[in-house]
Amino acid sequence: MSGPMVEIRNVHKSFGGQQVLRGVDLQVTQGEILVIIGRSGGGKSVLLKHLMGLLKPDQGEIMISGQEISRLRGRELDQLRERFGVVFQGGALFDSLTVFENVAFPLREKTRLPEEAIREKALTLLKQVGLADMGHKYPAEVSGGMRKRVALARALTMEPEVVLFDEPTTGLDPIMVNAIHRLILDLHRRVGFTAILVSHEIPEIFGIADRVAMLHRGAVVEAGTPEAIQASTNPVVRQFITGDPEGPIQPD
Amino acid sequence: MRILRLLGEWVLTSLRGGGRMMIFLGTALFWIFLPPLKWRRMIARIHFIGAKSLVVILLTGAFTGMVLGLQVFYTLTKFGSEAFLGPAVALSLIRELGPVLCALMVTGRAGSALTAEIGIMRITEQIDALTAMALNPMRYLIVPTILAGLIAFPLLTAIFDLVGIYGGYLVGVKLLGIGEGTYFGEMETYVDLWDITQGILKSLSFGLLVTWVCCYKGFYAGYGAEGVSRATTEAVVLSSVLILVWDYFVGSVLL
Ligand SMILES: Nc1ncnc2c1ncn2[C@@H]1O[C@H](COP(=O)(O)OP(=O)(O)OP(=O)(O)O)[C@@H](O)[C@H]1O
Ligand SMILES: [Mg+2]
Repeated sequence: MSGPMVEIRNVHKSFGGQQVLRGVDLQVTQGEILVIIGRSGGGKSVLLKHLMGLLKPDQGEIMISGQEISRLRGRELDQLRERFGVVFQGGALFDSLTVFENVAFPLREKTRLPEEAIREKALTLLKQVGLADMGHKYPAEVSGGMRKRVALARALTMEPEVVLFDEPTTGLDPIMVNAIHRLILDLHRRVGFTAILVSHEIPEIFGIADRVAMLHRGAVVEAGTPEAIQASTNPVVRQFITGDPEGPIQPD
Repeated sequence: MRILRLLGEWVLTSLRGGGRMMIFLGTALFWIFLPPLKWRRMIARIHFIGAKSLVVILLTGAFTGMVLGLQVFYTLTKFGSEAFLGPAVALSLIRELGPVLCALMVTGRAGSALTAEIGIMRITEQIDALTAMALNPMRYLIVPTILAGLIAFPLLTAIFDLVGIYGGYLVGVKLLGIGEGTYFGEMETYVDLWDITQGILKSLSFGLLVTWVCCYKGFYAGYGAEGVSRATTEAVVLSSVLILVWDYFVGSVLL
């Protein structure tokens, strides 16, 4: 394939006078793991929603394998969305369905696989995230960390080409954080999807990212390999990855 | 000047809100006619709106009928025409009170819960998750609910009417001593098919109205628990007001 998988060009977005994105430029090449870091409330989730066509940019464009997504409608947009898997920040599990049904849901709705095959596939996924015996519970009955893992499994059921992870590890214990990271790496190696991962886990993400991009004040201030970011001389990036309360970024 | 501006702003926001509601209804109706229909979800919704409202409907229906029996009897004795208690009770129930009271009760019982449920799905991004899976939330959430309303409301209204007529019978015949034959016999003479059709038409339109308003308010709920609670209140108030307003217009057109 020629050109980047995802290309974000000069995207602006405001909500009622509040400018959230002010000219984001970012490219994601096929097969890489790109990690987006940035302050809480900085617009990372908003950016991910633009990639799904859940929000439309006020200005700028988003190209996915060469197609401008805000121009797509109906069937074409659906086909594009089917190539994506999303782990929403809050999990967004269907709370009227059990854990198992949540994972099986995309298969039931989008494929004509026989019930046997669906069961098997959903169970395999649940096993991979370590929740094989939790299938019968409802999302409200499992812990926050388990919900994140169910969301992860659900996002991967349809074997997407691009997976968006919105803070898949926030709020988990350190062992679970590493387990999830390992799981993502493992699946990435096997399935070969392109991953865009929003995360606050510094320094862990430097171990899994191919590239890291820092979003600050509605724009990407720096993007590069983990080594380059760690060695960055940009004071904003430096302050963010060291967590220094003194510096150009002021806690508000 | 300030008052004028505020007034202008208010008119504009209401117009915009009304427009969005119409578009929402239009989209929902469009998807109703586009198969496949999600049968299982629709049946779950009928259970949610209908079966779970049964107790409330039985209770309110019975007491409405009994109150009618008492009051109408009292009024009719003034004209010396107690014999017409049967048709008087039946006609008020079938043409007016059945559909309206039933719709109001179901709004309170199921409509508020519908708005809350859909609102929570909105704020916890479950609706976005459906969209992101390329599954249309209209098809999955709204269409089954509206169809369930169209099925459940007339049935509940019919139950309300029947129980109410029986309640009127208990008071009129067993308590106040009207002849059983008179109560039901006069009813057969004076209640014709058009009255029943009118009642069914009304309850159908209320079914559409209530599910439309409640789905809409939930679908566009604001953020957080506060957004959902506001949406729920608005849904109940708006549904109730629209039921009574619409009832008047339908009544004056159909009469
Ligand atoms: N639908 C919306 N309507 C209005 N404002 C919104 C909406 N979505 C997001 N915002 C605003 O945009 C800003 C960025 O939000 P976003 O959720 O993208 O932050 P984030 O970078 O993901 O933060 P976190 O790391 O805490 O998840 C916030 O100030 C939020 O209030
Ligand atoms: Mg976020």
